Amino acid sequence: MKVMRWLVWRDMTLALRRKAEVLTTLLFFVIVVSLFPLGVGPEIDMLKEIAPGVLWVAALLASMLSLNRLFADDYVDGTLEQMIISSQPLALLVLSKVLSHWFLTGLPLVLISPVLGMQLGLDGDSIVILMLTLLIGTPVLSLIGAVGAGLTLGVRGGGVLLSLLILPLYIPVLIFGSGAVDAARSGLGVDAHFSLLGAFLVASLLLAPLGAAAALRISLD
Amino acid sequence: MNLPEFLDMGRHAFYVWGSYGVVALFMLLEVVLLVLKKRSLTQSIARLARLNRG
Amino acid sequence: MRIFTKAYWLQLSSPKAFYPIADKSIPWLIAATILLSLVGLYYAFIIAPIDYQQGNSYRIMFIHVPAAWMGMWIYVVMCAYAVIGLVWNTKLSNMMAAALAPTGALFTFLALWTGALWGKPTWGAYWVWDARLTSFLILLFLYFGFMSLRAAIDDPRRASRASALLALVGIVNIPIIYFSVKWWNTLHQGASITLDKAPTMESSMFTAMMLMTLAFFTYTFAVAFMRVRNEILEKEKNSAWVNEIVGSDK
Repeated sequence: MKVMRWLVWRDMTLALRRKAEVLTTLLFFVIVVSLFPLGVGPEIDMLKEIAPGVLWVAALLASMLSLNRLFADDYVDGTLEQMIISSQPLALLVLSKVLSHWFLTGLPLVLISPVLGMQLGLDGDSIVILMLTLLIGTPVLSLIGAVGAGLTLGVRGGGVLLSLLILPLYIPVLIFGSGAVDAARSGLGVDAHFSLLGAFLVASLLLAPLGAAAALRISLD
Repeated sequence: MNLPEFLDMGRHAFYVWGSYGVVALFMLLEVVLLVLKKRSLTQSIARLARLNRG
Repeated sequence: MRIFTKAYWLQLSSPKAFYPIADKSIPWLIAATILLSLVGLYYAFIIAPIDYQQGNSYRIMFIHVPAAWMGMWIYVVMCAYAVIGLVWNTKLSNMMAAALAPTGALFTFLALWTGALWGKPTWGAYWVWDARLTSFLILLFLYFGFMSLRAAIDDPRRASRASALLALVGIVNIPIIYFSVKWWNTLHQGASITLDKAPTMESSMFTAMMLMTLAFFTYTFAVAFMRVRNEILEKEKNSAWVNEIVGSDK
């Protein structure tokens, strides 16, 4: 446990020394969402309809973009190898790294989503649901993404390949995340969506660190 | 069913033959590509062997 | 008696031992495929009657369902070979996994294609975003991911292991596809063929479907063996036994 806390602290300190990287993900999210009114027209009724999907897809893309950096820096300077051969369970170390990654990329998305939701015409209740789905969903994205990042470490065409690999796995999260907001907007129940999102979170918390650890071992053998 | 009826498939000709046609086409294509690949592989191996011997 | 020794089976896991087996089986498998398809198509078009609801378009079922089954089944078998390759590091298992992937992707695509062409006259739409169709599309993407990852990594050992892990992560999609019609209200119909009850369709249709499924089965083996054969030739092109075989092919 102490190791985890230390690792999270270390990763966040390192990342915050280069604030630019943290901000790029956030800015990407904002810009992508803003592109839609420009592209499809400013009619607020239509924007309201597509808002859940747009916000979720943008969150997905922003998450994916930042995944490359999850292991890359430690891989390049040899720290990753040290982590693998250390006596600490690799899965826990991976979990710590994913946690820091989420603090820096996922959580900001959750916090800024109300502003963007309002931009697209969502009402207060839908925005709350949006924030909740992102709160539960973005960690899942980071966790699943970690497996992909581990597999594509140092591979040519890394970033795009990573996206190709994990997007199919992201689709269920997208469906239920944006589906919940859609349901809220229409006044229907969101319980089913949230149960599934919760199930995804639990499953990925348990399995993804193990998968990512295996992926790292394969990549660094 | 006689031949014109068969080909027409009750106005569903496009769908039925579009399906069966594409399936047959791709499966044949896969086999042909693999046969061609084998041929080119054996030819290059034989060529290399000749060069090594000679 | 040899067949009951562990040594026999371990030996089979070497490309050199497997090559003649693949080589000899391929013509038989292709012959079986052609025969089964011809009989199956005869049943599908001549013997099976016209459907009172769907007319003749339902005949697409005789290639749509087998293709869908193969798409799913090949993924499972591919994962099995991948696991064997991961755990025991046998070259041949990794080759089989790689050899199956393109055929699996092909059948998945064909299932989606024929499904779209069947859906249009039946439901009025080429595509709907319901649970089964969406998860089947995801299956296609998973195949592509498997093949891309394998192609992107230069080191063959890392390439096989990484793609194997990826395939395993995606296996969760298979039960989702299978149960999707039960768990969600989907447009796609439920299972008419189950393991514990008699099929709910007319017997000639059932026969046609089984024959086409078997045909696709033998086809898959034939094509996978052809691919493995090519892969072996490529990997072992400098070895003496390959040169002998190529020499004697003339």
